[in-house]
Amino acid sequence: MPLITINKTTDNSEIRLQMDKTQLGEFIKSIAADLEIKEGKQYLEVTVPPSGLYQLARQLREKEEAQFDFLFCLTGVDYGVELGVIYHLRSTIHNHSVVLKTQTSDRENPLLDSVSDIWQTADFHEREVYDLLGIKFKNHPDLRRLFLDKSWGFPLRKDYVDDINIVTK
Amino acid sequence: MEEEAIITTPDELQEYFINMGPQHPSTHGVLRLLVSLKGEMVKNIEPHVGYIHSGIEKMCESLTYPQIIHLTDRMDYISAHINNEAVCLNVEKALEVDIPDRIKVIRTIMSELTRIQSHQLWWACFGMDLGGLTCFFYGLRDREKILDIFEETCGGRMIVSYNCPGGLMYDIHPNFQKRVKDFIKYFRKILPEYDQLLTGNVIFHERSKGIGKLTKEDAISFGVTGPTARASGFSCDVRKHEPYSAYDRVQFKEILLSEGDTFSRYVVRIEEMWESMNIIEQLIDNIPEGPFAVKMKPIIKLPEGTYYQRVETARGELGVFVISDGNKNPYRVKFRSPNFSNLSVLNHIAKGFKIADLVAIGGSLDLIIPDIDR
Repeated sequence: MPLITINKTTDNSEIRLQMDKTQLGEFIKSIAADLEIKEGKQYLEVTVPPSGLYQLARQLREKEEAQFDFLFCLTGVDYGVELGVIYHLRSTIHNHSVVLKTQTSDRENPLLDSVSDIWQTADFHEREVYDLLGIKFKNHPDLRRLFLDKSWGFPLRKDYVDDINIVTK
Repeated sequence: MEEEAIITTPDELQEYFINMGPQHPSTHGVLRLLVSLKGEMVKNIEPHVGYIHSGIEKMCESLTYPQIIHLTDRMDYISAHINNEAVCLNVEKALEVDIPDRIKVIRTIMSELTRIQSHQLWWACFGMDLGGLTCFFYGLRDREKILDIFEETCGGRMIVSYNCPGGLMYDIHPNFQKRVKDFIKYFRKILPEYDQLLTGNVIFHERSKGIGKLTKEDAISFGVTGPTARASGFSCDVRKHEPYSAYDRVQFKEILLSEGDTFSRYVVRIEEMWESMNIIEQLIDNIPEGPFAVKMKPIIKLPEGTYYQRVETARGELGVFVISDGNKNPYRVKFRSPNFSNLSVLNHIAKGFKIADLVAIGGSLDLIIPDIDR
């Protein structure tokens, strides 16, 4: 007698691609005009100014056609002059993906809107970005250093000077 | 400290903090949980990570792509092979290299062996966490057999580094197929013993059923993936959704349960071991002939752009995100590690349970700390 009974198994039949990259691009244009939209090889890449990021993120999460409910990667990048954050979003309902990019040129006090109230996973990921790149997030519930001590600089910045180790480029 | 205030407060109203870790056995590594308790009930958990932060992402910026592979072994060291594969697939995708079938099939077999031994180790430790010490011996005994197969073919037991961009480091050992088949035959007999020992145990049911429930909505919102999410009904198996290597040519089920408690997370992993054995059996006799590696340029430079590759490790979705500026070193590498997101949900699901349940819930998340700290 089997000790385990599996209640539910599914196959791939439910998964469907609701919008392809072109349709998704038009949809994003319809909710937020004047955005730079690029069709990458893998994902549709949308560049948003920091001021419009939160609004766009919220609409992408809530609009019936989009429903991007899964923030699967949040990356902080130092572009040399600007500091930026890249959001990889996927909809588990429609199975389409999009990439949001935002950047700020203020290196002294970089401040972006937190999306942690839209996707709870952003809580930890934004703390990591703050820890390693020093980007602050407005309205974040608990913005503290995650891995490193307060005395460290921000190691993933390109101008970070590492006197002790040999990690250089 | 206001000593008087503490003394005059009735016992049941006292709240206190307890440090679980960084050397606590049930945290399986250097994870420190600052647990806020009220009596025996968990009020809040604050994970403190970073004890073994090694700056892998920073190191990657000064290393070449073939070198990066050896760092990924050290992240989730129980799923080392699958981590290697993620970087290799990303490089191969960026360079649009066509990979022969032989490599794909061997990679898939290796990945599934990795998954089985990872789940065996998890089962061993999870049983031990809940007081069943026999599980630990059974689990490790069987895991050794897979590690021996790895040792023979890859040279390494846990830190295999068997993949390289364009294929494999070397061909499989002549004994490989026979030993894998022997192992499958052996483990098909042994796995029901696991069930007899733990799955049907009443004490184990009491400790795990209904404990630490995670809903599907929360799993998605917290970015939880892998068996932990599939126990909550979130279909997130990368092997099904975005098949890589040879997963598009094998038949297997994605195990999905709906309860989302500690017990169903247990069941998903046990069932996944059966599925992994099915996958290996479909491939092991059909390894195509051909080269074990494609000739790549001596210095690998990715074209300018961004590349994201997902793979399914034993713990969930590992994403490798590379930003390349056209040089031999990546401009930025981000590892979207499954454990990082899985840890973030711990406070949410363990709140309101007893501290003994926290051990069970933490064990069922199957956290590997170097993967969190990177």
